Amino acid sequence: MTIAEKILQAHTDTPEFKQGDIIRVNVDVALANDITAPIAIHEFNKSALDRIADRSKVVFVLDHFTPNKDIASANQCKMVRDFAHEHDIVNLFDGGEVGVEHALLPEKGLVLPGDFIIGADSHTCTYGAMGAFATGVGSTDLAAAIITGQAWIKVPSTMKFTFVGELQPWVGGKDLILYLIGDIGVDGGLYHVLEIDGPAVSSLDLSNRLTMSNMAIEAGAKAGIIRADDKTDAYVRLRAKRPYTLYESDPDAQYVSFKEYDCANIEPQVAFPHLPENTRGISEVGEVRIDQVVIGSCTNGRIEDLRIAAEIMKGNRVARGMRCIVLPATPEIFIAAENEGLIKVFLESGAIVGPPTCGPCLGGHMGILARGEKALATTNRNFVGRMGDTQSEVYLCGPAIAAASALTGRISSPQEVM
Amino acid sequence: MIFKGNVFLFGDDIDTDAIIPARYLNTSDPDELKMHAMEDADPEFPSKVQKGDVIVAGKNFGCGSSREHAPIAIKASGVSCVIASSFARIFFRNSFNMGLPIFESDEASKEIREGDEIEVDASSGEIRDITTGKSYVARPIPPFMQDLIADGGLIEHIRKTGKI
Repeated sequence: MTIAEKILQAHTDTPEFKQGDIIRVNVDVALANDITAPIAIHEFNKSALDRIADRSKVVFVLDHFTPNKDIASANQCKMVRDFAHEHDIVNLFDGGEVGVEHALLPEKGLVLPGDFIIGADSHTCTYGAMGAFATGVGSTDLAAAIITGQAWIKVPSTMKFTFVGELQPWVGGKDLILYLIGDIGVDGGLYHVLEIDGPAVSSLDLSNRLTMSNMAIEAGAKAGIIRADDKTDAYVRLRAKRPYTLYESDPDAQYVSFKEYDCANIEPQVAFPHLPENTRGISEVGEVRIDQVVIGSCTNGRIEDLRIAAEIMKGNRVARGMRCIVLPATPEIFIAAENEGLIKVFLESGAIVGPPTCGPCLGGHMGILARGEKALATTNRNFVGRMGDTQSEVYLCGPAIAAASALTGRISSPQEVM
Repeated sequence: MIFKGNVFLFGDDIDTDAIIPARYLNTSDPDELKMHAMEDADPEFPSKVQKGDVIVAGKNFGCGSSREHAPIAIKASGVSCVIASSFARIFFRNSFNMGLPIFESDEASKEIREGDEIEVDASSGEIRDITTGKSYVARPIPPFMQDLIADGGLIEHIRKTGKI
């Protein structure tokens, strides 16, 4: 069996199942944010069942349109806050406790290896990097999980991806996953689990692995799972407040496909508008002038990302006319960045440092693009109008390219500025 | 149940930001969301769409975000059902959970034209293009999903059966 199948088996009462079967699965964590929780609460109220299966498994993070960007979003947050207080939901992250959800939950030890996790947010697949089965669902699914403690799932088949060879300079998890998506396309993993491994992935820290699993959904996948190893265990051990299980796929596990990528051939990647599959190596980008750089998000807003950006930006100035926005993804990351002197580096370089929020990634607030503007972002989506006007453009990359480009005003390799 | 209406045609990989842009997600009111349905793919869609009309699209319809606002906006706009060559997985489950009928047919997706009048038989999955006279059969819907539709969505299903 694969890791995915072992986790499903440990969470279902269905004694035997095969790929394509629809089974009921017990949920370890049910997550929603300030955009998706209101619909879930509405469905919960509509059901009139007034039953919460296990309140300790419900997590609300008010991270999307916060600090509240307008009256309507303030009302949405208030609705979630009131519901959480009324029903004693302890895992409500509000105000100064807010971090970008998929950076926050691993940090708080709320998601663990071997878990089955659903979230009313498509990037819930991030936790696959910890050896969990984590998948995005809608608000109604979430309401159902709050009421019953369960979710329905069609048992997926698994595609295996192996990264071998030595990582090239400035290449991280973001570049590897963009390369993979560029290869298989935005529906190349539709309905499947992507199991990602190989020596190059093992060499990455958990932060870079979280970046990889985060974007499994950009290939249409149900989950992007990386085997939990000693590094995962070391990270989790200090944070977990309940037991967890490290699963491995069996040698005879069934996969629908195998792919191997040699990292010797993978340079830093950039995804061009308007799909994450439109990837190019940095050497093939050409001259692309940009108006805004965003460094942050559930994809690349962790301390490891900020360290890379600061290393490149230290002692340099952001290009004239460029808005460079740095959003540490959680309060803990913000404090670490402050203690390590990174915040000072960003501010002295002319970057803007803002609070943890999803804000600009989805065109919410804190960095909206005008007509005709171009942004380069460490986020995960570059659809039409994603960060603002429908005539604006978003390019995706990792923190190194983003930081270098903030200095030059055009998409650039760090080697140009170091 | 028979759905009948005119076709609005869309291409491949229509994402949830095109179906309902995030700038409108500070509400979940269907009457407000429908004013912006499909807006970033076709700005005139909200003013042109008539009750009963059908969206026909290519592969991977509804990719991207998990926002249930996407099927809510489409349903509230008056669209009776969506036909696509394939659906992104979260959009697919959201549609069944909240009661937007969707049908998968590669052939229908490739051959049906913008403005055609079509008829869809929800129980048999037969899609008839009245304009061209051609018929197609959608991929069968798994029994569990049929139960969800019959019960009126996932929450109603739980109310009736006491479980998922």
